[in-house]
Amino acid sequence: MAANLRVVRALGMRSIRQTFRRPQLMAPIVVFPTLLLAVQTGGAGSAVDLPGFPPVQGFLQFMLAGAMMQSLMLAGNSGGIAFAVDIEMGFTDRLFAAPIPRFTIVLGRLAGTAALGLFSALWFLAIGLLFGAEIHSGVAGALIAVVLVTATAMAVGGIGAAIALRSGSASVVQGLFPLVLVVLFLSSAFFPLDLMIQPAKAIAEYNPFSFIAEGVRNPIIADIDATDLLYALLSIAGIVVLGLVLSARALRHRLKVG
Amino acid sequence: MGRAAALPEWRANLATIAALMARSRNELLRVPGAAIPGVLAPTIFFLGLNGVFGALTQLNGFEVGAYESFVVPVSMLQGAGFTGAAAGVNLARDIEGGWVDRLLVSPAPRWVLLAGTVLSASTRALIPATFVFAIALPLGAGWPGIDGLFVTYLMVAAMAAVAACWGSALALRFKSQSAAPLMQAGMMALVFTTTAYAPLALLQPWLRTVAEVNPVTEVIEAARQGFVGAVTWPGTWPGIVALFGLLLVLGAWALREMRRTAR
Repeated sequence: MAANLRVVRALGMRSIRQTFRRPQLMAPIVVFPTLLLAVQTGGAGSAVDLPGFPPVQGFLQFMLAGAMMQSLMLAGNSGGIAFAVDIEMGFTDRLFAAPIPRFTIVLGRLAGTAALGLFSALWFLAIGLLFGAEIHSGVAGALIAVVLVTATAMAVGGIGAAIALRSGSASVVQGLFPLVLVVLFLSSAFFPLDLMIQPAKAIAEYNPFSFIAEGVRNPIIADIDATDLLYALLSIAGIVVLGLVLSARALRHRLKVG
Repeated sequence: MGRAAALPEWRANLATIAALMARSRNELLRVPGAAIPGVLAPTIFFLGLNGVFGALTQLNGFEVGAYESFVVPVSMLQGAGFTGAAAGVNLARDIEGGWVDRLLVSPAPRWVLLAGTVLSASTRALIPATFVFAIALPLGAGWPGIDGLFVTYLMVAAMAAVAACWGSALALRFKSQSAAPLMQAGMMALVFTTTAYAPLALLQPWLRTVAEVNPVTEVIEAARQGFVGAVTWPGTWPGIVALFGLLLVLGAWALREMRRTAR
């Protein structure tokens, strides 16, 4: 157990260092969501005057959760790309040959993705506070948002890792980038569900990322709501289970094909 | 070789540009999948923005009936931005692979080499633009009329040229595909810090100030005319002037970087 934890920690530290050293992995996680946050807040900020828009201090406060969601999804994607690069370069093969449990290889990578999620949550909270957005539920609310974002990044990273293991190709994982946008636009990450247009609204109602977005947003714009939090946690658990199943199957496939 | 040497200079330059454009076309024909991200991204943005922000038309001061009509030229120009920036990424790949070194030792003038990349991007940008337009029409975007469509496509082609100059300058400066996020983000910022989401009066004050000085606002307004009303010369020429200015500045920068690379 202790030895496994040491392996996870060592691989996790490697993936964290790798990510922060490569600007091409960091840039999409920080630059694009920040840019989109700025232009959406500035461009669609008048939306808070629409009838039915939830009471918020401003559109920036509402949009923080959306930016975090976008960033964590890209973090998951970037984690998958880095994992696929390791596979392409033969590093993962050397790990497979080492006397360590296979799951630690995936967990080590996910630790790096979780660190990115944590960074993204802190980054956007800082941006929000810097530009005048309040965290309605205070420190506790901010902590909930940080935990949910970090956990979701890790969960999404599990799916990215599974695709990396299955395909063994960084370009395939990179090609999933547009899907990230599709999933987010078909959720309530960027706009209140009730004000979305069909058919996006109908899909967003059942999209687990809508529940996570609401869970992250709730403590930022209102008092902590246990129901929103529970739905968010259940959604994350669902994505974790999906990621685990896919990763286990992909790992078996990778060991078979080499 | 002898035949090429016998060509007048202007014809040799045209032949070189045509050859570089043919190379770009061949890339597209041989790896059609490479064009998919450039087509998908603006299409997803178009569908996503409609689904998410479509209710903005209920705001006072939003004079357009359908948000699809308002946002379709933005997505077409965004596609142009992506395509132009992708030309920069491809150039960076060619620098990494040594292909550009071989071009630079050829007797072709530097501006001819740049023109090949830029014109290829302009032509390629018509693909995502047409795809987005074809999706937008059945979803409720208004028919812009032949004149409106012509102006929109003119803006799309020129915007792709601007983006290709930007991407090429960065590729030549950094000589690495790692600069790709900067190429894409720069174009995204240029297109979205305009009246992309809402009319000028409804933008937040800071964005209104930026949009007023961002030349691409004039480009978007010119491209949008036919979709939301009538096409007029006063609505068109500021867009042409803005694109001409951007091309001049970014083209000069890209050329300077190319000369620096050759040294």
